[in-house]
Amino acid sequence: MEKRVYFKGWFLPALLITPQLLITAIFFFYPAGTAIWWSLFNPDPFGLSTKFVGFANFDYLFADSYYKESFYTTAIFSSLVTLFSMGIALYLAVLADRLIKGAGIYQTLLIWPYAVAPAIAGILWMFLFDTQTGLISWYLGLLGYDWNHLLNETEAMGLVIVASTWSRVSYNFLFFLAGLQAIPRAIIEAAAIDGARFWRRFWTIIFPLLSPTTFFLVVMNIVYAFFDTFGVIHTITKGGPGQSTTILVYKVYSDGFVGLDLGSSAAQSVILLIIVGLLTILQFKFVEKKVHY
Amino acid sequence: MVENRGLNYWLTHVGLSFGVLVLFFPLWLAFVASTVTNSEIIHPPMPLWPGDQFFVNYGRALIEGDRGQTSASVARMLLNTVIVAIGIAVGKIVISFTSAFAIVYFRFPARKFFFWIIFLTLMLPVEVRILPTYEVVAGFGMLNTYSGLIFPLIASATATFLFRQFFMTVPDEIVEAARIDGARPMQFFIDILIPISRTNIAALFLIMFIYGWNQYLWPLLMTTDPSMNTIIMGVEQMIGGQDDVTPWPVVMAASMMAMLPPIIVVISMQNLFIRGLTDSDK
Repeated sequence: MEKRVYFKGWFLPALLITPQLLITAIFFFYPAGTAIWWSLFNPDPFGLSTKFVGFANFDYLFADSYYKESFYTTAIFSSLVTLFSMGIALYLAVLADRLIKGAGIYQTLLIWPYAVAPAIAGILWMFLFDTQTGLISWYLGLLGYDWNHLLNETEAMGLVIVASTWSRVSYNFLFFLAGLQAIPRAIIEAAAIDGARFWRRFWTIIFPLLSPTTFFLVVMNIVYAFFDTFGVIHTITKGGPGQSTTILVYKVYSDGFVGLDLGSSAAQSVILLIIVGLLTILQFKFVEKKVHY
Repeated sequence: MVENRGLNYWLTHVGLSFGVLVLFFPLWLAFVASTVTNSEIIHPPMPLWPGDQFFVNYGRALIEGDRGQTSASVARMLLNTVIVAIGIAVGKIVISFTSAFAIVYFRFPARKFFFWIIFLTLMLPVEVRILPTYEVVAGFGMLNTYSGLIFPLIASATATFLFRQFFMTVPDEIVEAARIDGARPMQFFIDILIPISRTNIAALFLIMFIYGWNQYLWPLLMTTDPSMNTIIMGVEQMIGGQDDVTPWPVVMAASMMAMLPPIIVVISMQNLFIRGLTDSDK
């Protein structure tokens, strides 16, 4: 798409686009290039010597059982967060869409968690499940269940999933509700007249028509679970106990900033770059094609 | 809609109300915790109804923070966060608006190439380039400064796209009319393009403001000086030193103050916010 009418000259547009390009070059491309460079060399933390090691950093990573485990952890974590946050959001959106009056009020009451930073969401849930003072863990104790997410890997994973889901439901709810409200009422009413009950209408008409929204949200939620949940994990578990909640992004951070292993951290950044690249392409493919059945 | 009577109607309300309550539960307990004494919290179960320590806890958080151990006062952190969030939102909008204008309304060499360069930033979230970006910022001497907190986050492919899309819908006749009237590009930009983009700018500002407010990883790396902490990372710093009991009421008061500004923004400007969200992500 091009404008038919435009202004002449090149100096003014060059001037207008320069700030964005400068920021992009200095803070995006140069660091990304550095990450790739570092991943092929092996700089020591003090920058005194570097030596070319080729793909040794990557070979090392793929042989490293911790890294493989982190991949596995990320897969479990992001698929469960995506599944739960989308499932709950879809359920709430379907209910809100059934209302003629009052959907707006529920929308207001359901969207505010979007504004809460993932790190704060982590603190709120950690407070509820704190092993000594948490209200929920205290009640679990009364029931004879000894909650301790600082020692139990499954409980730690469960807690970061709950907190991440809590902070993501609003976003999914908004998109699902918008998607549902865009479905023509006439189609649904026609199906109702033909005798289709609610759940039949849902699975045969509504859900398929919602598929563009659903696919879009799947990609966006995977991106969220991969990157934005850093705050949740950092506040609740710091990747522990052991490595049980160390997702890929957390490992880049802890190997780079805590472990000061620049080569490995850079190689991990490069792998993440490739993953984000694939997700972005996927997202644009789906948004363009508008998956429909 | 179709079946909207009787039992179904009430079940819909029950289901939605249940969802609302579950979402509210952690917020409510955080609020309660911010109004009681610490001894009420460390001897569980904590109360479910607010106490009378509201002013004590909020006052202490605002003025003292955690008594200067690891973080600054909440007042100071809120000030930092407001500056950073507004800086990020304004910065993103300004550089995206001007570059979209250049790309749409001019023909200059390598225009397409620059567009793709900006597009590629979508693939470089701050989380994947933290270490090298940190080095760059440290090299400029921008650690512990507002510009160090703001600049690495303000390139925005989404905002540039959004403005480009919007400019494409602006009728060519308006440009033609402006040119016949002798308007120079910058006159068109200031007198026509900015006014007609007001709503888009406002919607995007809300989204970017919340994005900036809620930044966590970047300020965590960038600020070693407590007086430059932002509120979101600052709250985390207030929690449990090894030999120290976490002052939960003060931490929760700080959490409430970290959450409320963006929540109020989202709720009070709901329609604009939803528009910004659906536009900028799709």
